Amino acid sequence: MDIIVCVKQVNDPEAPPSSFKIDSATGKVLPPPGMPPVISTFDEYAVEAALRIKEKDGGKITVLSMGVNLLRDVVKKPLSMGADELILLEDPAFADGDSWSTAYALAVAIRKIGKFDLILCGRQAADWDSGQVGQGIAEILGLPCVTIARKIEIINGKAHIERVISDGFEVIEMELPGVVTLSNEHPAPRYPSVKGIMMAKRKEPLIWKPADIGVEPSRIGQAGRRCRLIKLYQPVREAKCEIVKGETPEEAASKLAERLREAKVI
Amino acid sequence: MADVNGILVFCESANGKLASIALEVLGVGRRIADELGQQLGAVLIGNKTGSLADEAVYYGADRVYVVEDPLLDDYLTDLYLLALEKVIRQANPQVVILGQTVAGRDLAPRLAFRLNTAASLDCISLEVDKNTGRLLMTRPVYGGNAHAILVCDTDPQIATIRSKAISPAVRDTSRKGEIIKINAELNSAGVKTRLLERKIEEAGGVKLEDARVVVTGGRGIGGPEGFKQLEELAKILKGAVGASRPPCDNKWVPDNLQVGLTGKIVSPDLYIAVGVSGSSQHLSGCSGSRVIVAINKDAEANIFKVAHFGVVADWKKALPAFVARVKELVSE
Repeated sequence: MDIIVCVKQVNDPEAPPSSFKIDSATGKVLPPPGMPPVISTFDEYAVEAALRIKEKDGGKITVLSMGVNLLRDVVKKPLSMGADELILLEDPAFADGDSWSTAYALAVAIRKIGKFDLILCGRQAADWDSGQVGQGIAEILGLPCVTIARKIEIINGKAHIERVISDGFEVIEMELPGVVTLSNEHPAPRYPSVKGIMMAKRKEPLIWKPADIGVEPSRIGQAGRRCRLIKLYQPVREAKCEIVKGETPEEAASKLAERLREAKVI
Repeated sequence: MADVNGILVFCESANGKLASIALEVLGVGRRIADELGQQLGAVLIGNKTGSLADEAVYYGADRVYVVEDPLLDDYLTDLYLLALEKVIRQANPQVVILGQTVAGRDLAPRLAFRLNTAASLDCISLEVDKNTGRLLMTRPVYGGNAHAILVCDTDPQIATIRSKAISPAVRDTSRKGEIIKINAELNSAGVKTRLLERKIEEAGGVKLEDARVVVTGGRGIGGPEGFKQLEELAKILKGAVGASRPPCDNKWVPDNLQVGLTGKIVSPDLYIAVGVSGSSQHLSGCSGSRVIVAINKDAEANIFKVAHFGVVADWKKALPAFVARVKELVSE
């Protein structure tokens, strides 16, 4: 099984909401102070899914990432978890894309990689939450796609995928090659081992520029967007919480119940 | 596409009734159609859609496209995609709206790429730009920390809307509309995915999405045992138990209890959050609740920024007293 996993470097989504800031000059989100970027949460689940398939069925895992200022310690994490190879589409021309231009560049790069059975992505990136790139790659490459998976097994050369639905799950059989997007219902990503970290340190990523994959700069990144960002702003929340107090936690809790009764909430 | 005109909404149904999200897409679709002076079309897809087409008319559709086929009995991405694609190519709409549901979030991006246009998912507001007639699509991003307003310059403009974010349509049986049957000429031969089975893992009692009271536990609950107390409280208030992401990821509770951006969106009359810090992605799933009550030992926790009532205390001390007093009060 040759697997390609698409991962994105994002601002740490676990940063406290109070640290979230938009730079008024550029209209862009500022990285939270003192917190390095991370691999987008759901993409780590995709790496984990790939590793589990490889452990059972063998093969090679190629990780593909795209952007600018990709920190090597961050984007090498999938290697330290056990992936085999890392390819970075690293160039300012790839930056600030929307789902369309991102999926397009990744699809063209995947075509260049050529040999693969499965493409895995996170269900959505932890920054823009768009949830479109996996499906977009599938459409561009003419492949089947199953979204929001919690388990993937290869049985008789086909993928059996447990897909999360609102009140349970369904099992979909998908012919290969194909695309699957992973959700956090999948078993959690493993921690890199010391050996894995050492191995990853020695591996250098392959860097591809737009010309290397033969894409026109007008179709990627900011230039290739189909959705224009008109405005990015922080919603104002009404912060008016009535804190019910008491001598002890028990008394406060009891008074809270009474207050809710008084307000006809219960 | 030349001569694009009209708004098209994808209406989902369950158990022979239009789903609540269908009424919401019809509601927003009707408003946009009126503002643009265009017609509203609704799409129904299934094996037997019965009287749903009439219902879609009552809820505001001028025209209902019905695609019926035994192959469409169960939702399968590829077949539903073919059916929707066929309707869109025939109707040639300027705007296509779906719900941000299991099906909608799966279909909308595929349609957008297939039709060489773009989609915006999980919108909480769709407005018409008075100057250009284009759709201003507002969607939460960065886990709900920010909102983005987007415009797509290609047609059809495709959007999915978050459930319970937009007012549903109102039923009016005096409305008249045209019903158009479409033969999708489906053939499963070329389809590379197949549904093997569907397993429903419904938690007992009140359904989370429909519950009028939701009692939610977060990371602070610390393990599965604490959820027993939350269940007791939910039972007293005839509500349902939910969870933020950490309890689900740690397998303290089943995954389908997750409330949040990637879980369920709820908007009960009363939302009680215990040991929940209030990450933006969690608040995305519950901020539409009428009254939010928080119990958390950290006075700085983000949940108090959205809560209406709160107690700053360790839940282990506060919750038993709260449950006991609530029990007394509701039995009075």
